[in-house]
Order: sequence, then C-alpha cells, then structure tokens
Amino acid sequence: MPNGDTIFREYRISDAERSDRSAGDRLRHRQKVRESIRENIADIIAEESIIGKDKDRVIKVPLRGIKEYRFVFGDNAPGASQGNGDSRPGQVVGKTGKDRPGKGDEQAGDRPGVDYYETDVTLEELIEIMFEDLELPNLERRALREIQSDYSTRRKGYRKVGIRIRLDKRRTAKQRVMRMLASDKRIGAEAARAAEKSEESQAAAGVEGALDEIALEEGRLEQAEPAASTGAAFQRVHRRFPFHQDDLRYKHVEIDTKEESNAAVICIMDTSGSMDTMKKYLARSFFFLLYQFISTRYRNVEIVFIAHHTEASEVTEEEFFHKGESGGTFISSGYAKALEIIAARYHPSLWNLYAFHCSDGDNFDSDNPVALKHAEELAGICNLFGYGEIKPLGSRYYESSMLNVFRRIQAPNFHTVLIERKEDIWPSFRAFLAKDRVKEA
Amino acid sequence: MSAASNAGGSPHSPRWTLADLAEWDRRIRAKAKEFGLDCYPQEFELCDHTGMLGYMAYSGMPSHYPHWSYGKSYEKLKTLYDHGVSGLPYEMVINSNPAIAYLMRDNSLLLQVLTIAHVYAHNDFFKNNFTFKSTRAELTIEAFKAAAMRVRRYVEDPSIGVDQVERILDAAHALSWQCRRNLAIKKLTPAQQMARAEDSAQGQPDPFQKIHARKQIEAPDFHKVPLEPDEDLLLFIRDHNPFLADWEKDLLTIVDEEAKYFISMMETKIMNEGWASYWHKKILESLELDQGLHLEFIVNHNQVVRPIPGQINPYHLGLKIWEDIYRRFTSPTADEIKRDGPPVKSGAEKIFEVREVERDASFIRRYLTEDLVRELDIFEYEARGEELVVSKVADDDGWREVKATLIANVGTNSIPVMKVEDADFGRNRTLYLKHYHDGRDLHIEYAEKSLGYLQRLWGREVVLETVLDGKRSLLCCNDRGFSVRALK
Repeated sequence: MPNGDTIFREYRISDAERSDRSAGDRLRHRQKVRESIRENIADIIAEESIIGKDKDRVIKVPLRGIKEYRFVFGDNAPGASQGNGDSRPGQVVGKTGKDRPGKGDEQAGDRPGVDYYETDVTLEELIEIMFEDLELPNLERRALREIQSDYSTRRKGYRKVGIRIRLDKRRTAKQRVMRMLASDKRIGAEAARAAEKSEESQAAAGVEGALDEIALEEGRLEQAEPAASTGAAFQRVHRRFPFHQDDLRYKHVEIDTKEESNAAVICIMDTSGSMDTMKKYLARSFFFLLYQFISTRYRNVEIVFIAHHTEASEVTEEEFFHKGESGGTFISSGYAKALEIIAARYHPSLWNLYAFHCSDGDNFDSDNPVALKHAEELAGICNLFGYGEIKPLGSRYYESSMLNVFRRIQAPNFHTVLIERKEDIWPSFRAFLAKDRVKEA
Repeated sequence: MSAASNAGGSPHSPRWTLADLAEWDRRIRAKAKEFGLDCYPQEFELCDHTGMLGYMAYSGMPSHYPHWSYGKSYEKLKTLYDHGVSGLPYEMVINSNPAIAYLMRDNSLLLQVLTIAHVYAHNDFFKNNFTFKSTRAELTIEAFKAAAMRVRRYVEDPSIGVDQVERILDAAHALSWQCRRNLAIKKLTPAQQMARAEDSAQGQPDPFQKIHARKQIEAPDFHKVPLEPDEDLLLFIRDHNPFLADWEKDLLTIVDEEAKYFISMMETKIMNEGWASYWHKKILESLELDQGLHLEFIVNHNQVVRPIPGQINPYHLGLKIWEDIYRRFTSPTADEIKRDGPPVKSGAEKIFEVREVERDASFIRRYLTEDLVRELDIFEYEARGEELVVSKVADDDGWREVKATLIANVGTNSIPVMKVEDADFGRNRTLYLKHYHDGRDLHIEYAEKSLGYLQRLWGREVVLETVLDGKRSLLCCNDRGFSVRALK
C-alpha cells in the first residue's frame, strides 16, 4: 500500500466540454463512410432494390473501405460458452456471421461479423453522393431556354437610403443613441445607460413620428425644442436630441431571380417481343438514373415515356416498365413519336431536352434508314440524345445491332452505349454524361 | 477492465461528496492492505458519460494518437449506449503507475464504493502479475502521450499529411496483434540466435565418439533472414524493409508498442476481472455496510458476476475459479484430498501465488476442474451451415475437449499464430510467412485483406503458407492481386 493519499480529481464541466476529443476522428470516419459509398456506388446501383423507390427510403449500404481487417479464424473454429445448465449436443445456439456466442469481450481477436459494415442512407443522400462529381454537360449555355421560374426577394444588409417601408426602426434608434453618445460629452455613463435602456424600446415606437420632424429639422439640429415623441426618460437627463438623416437605416433587399431551366427527359423504350424482363430491367435502371440525375440539376423536370414496337405511344411510368408488348420493331416509330411530342409540348427554345432510347437493337432492316434520319433530327434538337443497346452477355454475337447503323451519325451530342450486365449501368451512365456537346444550339 | 456491462441505474444527482469518497477510500485501502493487496498509488477521476465513452473509445488513455477507427468506435459505443443496448462500465482502470481510474459521476455512493474496491484489486493485479512485469507502468501515460504528439506532428507535416499517415496506420492496425504473445520470454538478438544455431548444429556431445562414425555437421545458414521464425511482424518489417521512411518506421513502432501494452490485458482478462470481483466482494463484506447499502451491493454484485448464457462472462468465470481455488486449499472435500492430497499451503497463500504466475490460458488449464466445468455448464459449439450448434457438453467424454476449446479461445489464443519464415523467398525479396495451423482455418476474406496490408508495408510480394480445408495452401498477394495456390 502506498503511503501517499489517493488522489480524487473532481469532475469539471470545462474539462468535459473540452474533452470532445473524438470529434476529429469521428469526422474523419464519416468522410471515410462517404468515400466508401462513392466507391461502391456501381454495386449499389446494380442492386435492384433502389430503382423507382421513393426518396426517403432508407437503404442499407455495405461499407467495404472502413471495415477493419485482421487475421482471424474462419468458421471451422469451434467456440466455447456457458449454458443454462441443460445444454445438449445438437442444440442450436445462434447463427453464423451474426453475434457469435462466446465472445463477451470486444477486444481484439474478435471474429468477423461483429464489426458493423453496413450503414443506412436515404435514397436522396445516395443520389447526392452519386452525382457529386458528375456534371451535366451543357447546362448553363441555354440562355433562351431559361425561364424565370422563381421570383423572390432576399434581405441583404442595410443602407442609409431607401424607401420608408423598409426603414429598420431598431437600428435607426440605435444609430441615434450612438451618435448622441459620440457627440455629447456631457452625458455621463449613467445617463447613457438609462437612455439606452428605455430608448431602444421606446424610440422604436417613436421613430415613425420623429421622422416627420426630420424633414423640417434638417439643418437646424441645434434647435432645442422638446419633442413629445422622443421619450420621457430621455427628457429627464438631457435636452432634446432629434433624429438626423444620418441615423436612418433601411433594410436592403435584393431581388433574387432564379433563372431555372426546364428539362424534359424523354425515355423511349423498345417493348417488342424480344425485350425480355432482364433487358427491361437494365433499361429501367438506366432511365431511373437519368431521371434522378436530371432532377438534381433542374428544378422543373418533366418526364415522358414512350413505348414502341412497330408503332409508338406515350405511356405512363407504370405501363412503361411493366407492360409486356410483343411484335416486331420499328425504331423509327419511337423517334417519330418523340419528335411529335417535342413539337407539340417542349419547344427546344424553352426546354432542355434529354432523350434516351433503349433497345436490344433488333430492328427491321427496312426501317433503318428512317430511324437514322429521325435520330439525326432528335440529336439536332436535344441537349443530349443517347442510344443504349441492351445485350445481355453473349447475345450480341448472334443478334443484329443498331450500333453499326448509328455509327454514321456525326452529331457530337449523340452517344451510344452498350449494356451487357447490370454492372455496366453505372459506367455507361457516366460515359453518357461525359459526352459534352460542343455545338451551341 | 470494465466492471460491468450494465449502466448504474438512472442518472440521478449523486448523494455523495468527494469527501465521502475519500473517507470510503481510506477504509477500503485499509482493508485492502489488511488482506495483503499490494497496489500502486491510485488516482481517481470523475467523469460523465460522454467522457467515459471517450475513454472507452481510446482504451482509457488520457492522450492517444488520432485515427478514424477511434471515431468509429466512439460512434458505435454511443449508438449502443443511446439505444440502451449496452450500458456503460462503472469504471475503467489503466495499467500505469500511479494507476488511473475513471469513476462515473452519476453513480450512487454504493456503486462508487464497489468500484473503488474493484479498482484496487485491478491495481494489485497490474502491479504483481507476471504478464505486466514487462510493461513499464510508470511510463505508460507518458509513452502514449509522446506517441500521440508524434503522430499529430506527422499528420500536420505538409510533406506527409493525414492520408499518408492513415495509409500506414490502417495497415499497421491490421497486423498489430501479430506480435510476441508472452512478453516475459526474452527475444533473442540476431547474434544470440546465431550462437544458438551454431550450438544446435553441433549436436549433443557423444560419449562414444571414438567408436561411432563421425557425425556430419551441417553448417547453419547464417545468411537466412530471419534466422529463426519471427512473429513480431511490424517490427520485422520496420527492421527489414529498407524503403520505409523514418516516420513510417516510427508509426510501426508506436502501433507495436501499443499492441504489446494490450496483449497483457488480453492475456489476463478472466483472471483479472475474477480477481477484482473476488476482492470487491470480500472488501465490501468486511466493511459492515448498513442494510440499505448492503442490499444494493448484493444486487449490483450479482448483476456483474451473473452467468450470461451463450457467452463467457469473464467476471463470472474468473470469480468462480478464484473461489474454488480458495475453497480447495482451505476446506477441501474428502474426494479432493484423496485425489490431490492434503493442501500444502493456505487458500490465501495459494491465490496470491496464482495471481502472480498465471495468465488466462494456464489459469484455466490448471484450475478449472471437471466439477466446475460441469457446474458452469460450459459447452462447445461449432458452425453447421447457417447455425451454431452445440457439439460437446460437459459430460464424462466431453469435458476435457470443452475445456480445451475454451482455452483455445481465451486471450491471444483466439489470434492465429503466424511467423515470418523468410524475407527473401525465391531470392526475390518475397516475404514468406507461415501460419501455424492448429485445426482452425483462417477466415479467407480477412486473410486476403490483411495480406494486402502486409504487402503495402513490405512493398513486395507476400505469401502466407496455411492450411485450407485440410490442404496446404499458399496465399499470395502481389501487385497483380490475391491468389490461392495449393501446395503439394
């Protein structure tokens, strides 16, 4: 036993406040989580569950980057733990991968599975992270297509001049008190304090009346005439000290116009007999991303769904993704419909247009020249026009492809992608947006 | 080191003052001295729950270097605490001289008294158990502080920065437990290893060498690095990777030192908690508490040392074994005398001897008797498909194996043993490691990532010899990625 006394250190609030020592490390950890989500975004996108769900939905996202790995034993390592007193061989005591029994202690040497490696994010956050480093090509150059979508006013500082309605009474009164203190040494500290106290509340009310006097009194400040409206407390300590033009403070207001541009996303999908569920799923994922992304960049986004086989029709989202159709394929019909809708509702001078077409490329040969012509037209009026050919792995070797046909289109804002697997969706999507349109409309 | 996994009741304003605590402390110290506990000077610090969470995240250290993993650990602890999944410990003690312990200021007087008694027993254990002899307790706090300052400096250094520091620390943390487990065994210097290799190459002196054919002496290969397999992975890399910068070497040293500090804790968790529970019980029983306090003590004590089905509660297991040792050396049953002979020393002498010379694995091996295994209903489980199934229970056939499994999972036994065999494998500066397989395979995903970290630190290919599903295999990690090869 030591001879010296045991030391007790009292709890101190200041220490407790200072001791948020983990703040920096927590911040760094959160950055890591975000990074990890971003790195795995392609896999997360490939998960079907996020498509078409509402924005507040919480998604479990696996976090690879921030798991702390060590050498540990695998599943064939038996453990030991304590039972209730009636343990029998063959009894089930838990599940693998989850909390294994036998380890009350979270020290090292732990088995995997105890480490948490998932986090919850809402779809909205996810989309934000996803599109953080993507830029929509050609966004700001559409002067004509900008519509004043929002007219609002915003307060921004104070000015000495302004219109009466924006007069800030409190500030004006304060200015006067300040000027009074600065100009007149005879007012003692005490008087000033008394003045300030009563002044601020009363003067605000009195300002309105005093203002009328200012017009009269300008230039003859020294005239010591007691004014009824400047407050009793003040009168007691000092002669009348009227408002001056310099005291006036006006709220300054700026008009905040948001030149929001409108965008229309035109989704054209081939719903012919050859588009099976898998192909539709891939197409759907792509459209989902496109729509979400454009929604983050424009306030006003309209989306048009066009389904076509040999003829095209505008459909609802539900029908677009779920309705099975059959028959042959005239790609040109879908484009013609799109052009028709654009002409009727989305004039290119007012709307930013994003059109995307998904098909398996199985078009009737006779339709190709017309399709090509319409595609060129679409490319001419859209900000971005894309064609995605969906060929689940392997099938491209025996099916015909439109990629060869569309290769002849010269427009720089026309882009084709080939999607073979769900893992391709994200890279193709990035590639699609990376294509910037050089030509100005 | 935490006394309990349950929070100490509702947060109420404490009905005690610091003077009360000092008075109780005086009485407890007198009792501890009377019982023969031998402690470092003790310091107590009162903290609130955020402070405690902070200490927990940083292993109790007043200063510790920054790393995101501690932020993660804090968030996790806080989430669990906020959702009521787990409570806070009543205290934390760190092995330093003077020993520092944190007390929760919201706890009731009884809990503080209980905790203080508990802390003194930990303190005694830190001072006297052999595994802590190699830790230099008087330097603990300073060493952690100095390391923290150095790491911060590297982070702030514009030519290094946080990303570079994390690159090394992430990798070092993954490998830090791959170090010497028994610090009481001295590590030989290369010169000593060389001398030993020379000795063993010559073999035993042969008294009949005149009539025997002369034995061929095979010269040991002194060029091999390492001469003997080396399990101090981080230190080995530090000393044998010539491309590491000084600050990188320093980080490896810091992580290794911290790991060695905690190895002792890991190795004695059950003994240490059992010891502390044994003595807080004994001290509080001798303090002649009034009835209210006594009842509160019984409730809290039982909460701490209760068995938790499906787990091993170190407080419970440890306390049971200590009590059993004391009983067997004080009033053994007739059967026990027949089996072990009459006790040669008193119960008190025995437990003090045991607390000095054992660690968890040997403690359980020597003192967890068949009767206790049965009484505590310890069982062995294994994974079958998705489920964990009881495979052996404490019956006549099974108890030895159950005990062996328990031993295989305590302390550092739950960490795979692997050693550096060759630092220049294939004359290619490939690092060759061998996993000393004991029937338990490595978790392959974790092995892959950990090898990746090892490669990052080593800078060249690393290979690990192990056994997977009964087949000798070589896990390789190089610039082209990870691969598994079967060995003949």
